[in-house]
Amino acid sequence: MITIYNARKIITMNPAHAHTTHVAVRDGKILGTGPLEDLAGWGAYTLDTRFADKVLMPGLIEAHSHLMEGSLWAYTYVGFFDRMSPEGEMQKGCKTLGEVIAKLKEAEAKITDPDAPMPAWSLDPIYFDNVRVTRQDLDQVSTTRPIGIMHASGHILNVNTKALELAGLLRTGVNHEGVPLGKDGMPLGELKGPDVMTPVSPHVGFDRDMLACDETGMLRFGKLCVRAGVTTATDLANKLPEEVVDLFRDVTARPKYPTRIVSLRYHHGISPEELIAHAEALKPQSTEMLRLGKIKVVVDGSIQGFSARLRDPGYFNGAPNGLWYISPEHLAYILENALAKGIHINTHTNGDQATQLVIETMTAALQKHPSPDHRFVLQHCQLADAAQFRKIAKLGLCVNLFANHHFYWGDEHYKLTVGPERAERMNACGTALREGVPMAIHSDAPITPLGPLFTGWCAVNRLTASGRTLGEADKITVAQALHAITLGAAYTLHLDQEIGSIEAGKRADFAVLEDDPEEIGGDGLKDVRVWGTVQGGRIFPVADL
Amino acid sequence: MTLPVTILSGYLGAGKTTLVNAMLRQANGKRLAIMVNEFGDLPIDADLIEAEGDDLIALAGGCVCCSYGDDLIAALGQMAAMVPPPDHIILEASGVALPAAIASSLGLMPDIEVAGIVVLADVGQIEGQLANDYIGDTVVRQLKAADVVVMTKGDIAGQGKAAAAQAAVAAHSGDAAIVEAVQGKLPLDLVLFPARVAVLEVGSPHGNARGLVTQVDTPTGRIDAAEYARALAERPDVIRAKGHVQTVDGLHIVQVVGRQWELRKAPHLAPVGVVVISLTDTENPARQLQPEGA
Repeated sequence: MITIYNARKIITMNPAHAHTTHVAVRDGKILGTGPLEDLAGWGAYTLDTRFADKVLMPGLIEAHSHLMEGSLWAYTYVGFFDRMSPEGEMQKGCKTLGEVIAKLKEAEAKITDPDAPMPAWSLDPIYFDNVRVTRQDLDQVSTTRPIGIMHASGHILNVNTKALELAGLLRTGVNHEGVPLGKDGMPLGELKGPDVMTPVSPHVGFDRDMLACDETGMLRFGKLCVRAGVTTATDLANKLPEEVVDLFRDVTARPKYPTRIVSLRYHHGISPEELIAHAEALKPQSTEMLRLGKIKVVVDGSIQGFSARLRDPGYFNGAPNGLWYISPEHLAYILENALAKGIHINTHTNGDQATQLVIETMTAALQKHPSPDHRFVLQHCQLADAAQFRKIAKLGLCVNLFANHHFYWGDEHYKLTVGPERAERMNACGTALREGVPMAIHSDAPITPLGPLFTGWCAVNRLTASGRTLGEADKITVAQALHAITLGAAYTLHLDQEIGSIEAGKRADFAVLEDDPEEIGGDGLKDVRVWGTVQGGRIFPVADL
Repeated sequence: MTLPVTILSGYLGAGKTTLVNAMLRQANGKRLAIMVNEFGDLPIDADLIEAEGDDLIALAGGCVCCSYGDDLIAALGQMAAMVPPPDHIILEASGVALPAAIASSLGLMPDIEVAGIVVLADVGQIEGQLANDYIGDTVVRQLKAADVVVMTKGDIAGQGKAAAAQAAVAAHSGDAAIVEAVQGKLPLDLVLFPARVAVLEVGSPHGNARGLVTQVDTPTGRIDAAEYARALAERPDVIRAKGHVQTVDGLHIVQVVGRQWELRKAPHLAPVGVVVISLTDTENPARQLQPEGA
């Protein structure tokens, strides 16, 4: 059964055949592209004209996200920016603290169980002049129900008095730098950093294993992907216990599930030996729709949390250097053994010292285990400078830069964390490409919204939320951005033989667009309307979600 | 009732696991719960293990060892909820963790009391670690947080190295007592209550490598225990000593605190050996252990 689709334009990402009008599909794979007469030779076909006025691109690839994005939509969204829910409801951003409280009150009134905790997410007080949100603010919503709001960065949790009481923290004498106190000596209700968030988050309804995701969350995540034109997405940090793998295999195998999931085993909590063994055991459990066997290693913390590891001259505000989440010795063990066994490693490095450690450790590991095509990925890699990108290219490493970060926190980085010069070079897409580094760009959803076209817009324009252009020289072109969210991302996942371009033999994964991203230009890239996706030949219109 | 927790810190290879095993061998009826980040290179000597589960190992004498993975707080809660509860938790932090941060997080938990922070430093490695671009500041932050710093593997590194290593440590460890241990030989109380081992300063500046040395003396043959104990008590550098010696009347326990000494017949068989805690700086014997409970 062959179907040939015609489209207003097909952007193939295959330079030999960059633009065309027809694509032939059989059994979920692409037979070929070209004018109709070139494709007719494959045999009897049905001409499907539903995309006649649409633009097709290769299915977009989100190379750094978390399935948790889907789970979070069970909770109240109180972010500053408008954000589309999986069900297609545009949630208005809360522009003042008063609006946050009002939205929480409204949601609270709908909860029938008087004791049920109320979690909310994506608060970002930097947009309210950094006003400190207190437990008294949230007590306006309820004094009897525990309430917790996760900040957009994921690094701070605000809770009400009831939540503090349940966690045993409504007392004087709490002595922790992550727990600011009020004039009464009691915690203010702001909990900074995972050490102080974890003891309280279960009391406000944030499940400990939220990162692992549940069925409902996965289904919602799939809907978000269709809305964003995404046909393959990563789940970048999962412990992947057996029951989660079973769930993922089950859900992704359903005929209506629209997203190929690539889930990475997170290094934390087990020994390097067990990590390597687990990744080896996971790989053969992969399916066409679920890819396992890759490893994520978190090397340092975050820049806005001041826990990233920076080289000189350190943090702009004088904060002490950040934290290592793995020892250099364990990192070396993992890299060496992964090279020897062909396991794909992705390292989270935010600070440039963490990146430098990976570069140096990788240099030594490659001398022991030369590997011509490892494609290990530096994830985030936000502060890398030109010299580092040159090294990265030489070592055969790839980068996946956090282009969205610039928009959401670029102003903070400029003023507070790393200062103007280094804020301008953050997520230096232009430099990476000039130095020949294979590159993807990402949202880190749910930290920022899933949407590769928006991410592309961020990399093309390098604007901050306040409108400042950060790093003119590191802007990239629309063509480069489109490559980064398709074939570039596929390459970093070792999937470029299957996906990332529309060409013979590859999966029939398409983003179906109402607007032409090549025509609309850099300014409009984020506004390209998505009609839906085709995934493995299956059609998923946004309108049917 | 609060459950005391000792935080055992130190960079990779500093000897934390060896020390933990030695502590388990001295537990003597005390129910110790050992918490490790992960069971990777099986941390507990095989002969101490009675039964093994996925993240809990039952040990001889009612002790347990558990791995806390990436959820220390939950694992601590489980330990505290054990019936009967452990007498003491020894929390082995990962090599790059900051013990002060762990201590302040434990402070958020009801019914948990931080008994202190013991930081291990490998005599042969610590100077290199302090000078390392990547981990130097992490090791400094570990040492700054210490109540007691235990210098390990001095026997391998040699005496010359030991003095230099101790000086390097003392530059960062503030008021912490610095003690030497070989093969984890340290009095259990030192590890269980490190915060009580605060050293009184008498007008001497920090950072001159003065501190405490813990050594194990093993007198050979049958000796005159009274004479042995008196000799220890008269040494100006000896602060405390406790252990077993063989006499013509059988095994005896020797105990020395300052100038006081005491002898009694040992109730059980035990290997001969006396742990002697002494000052490294005999010119300045005014530094001494603060009494327990102070």
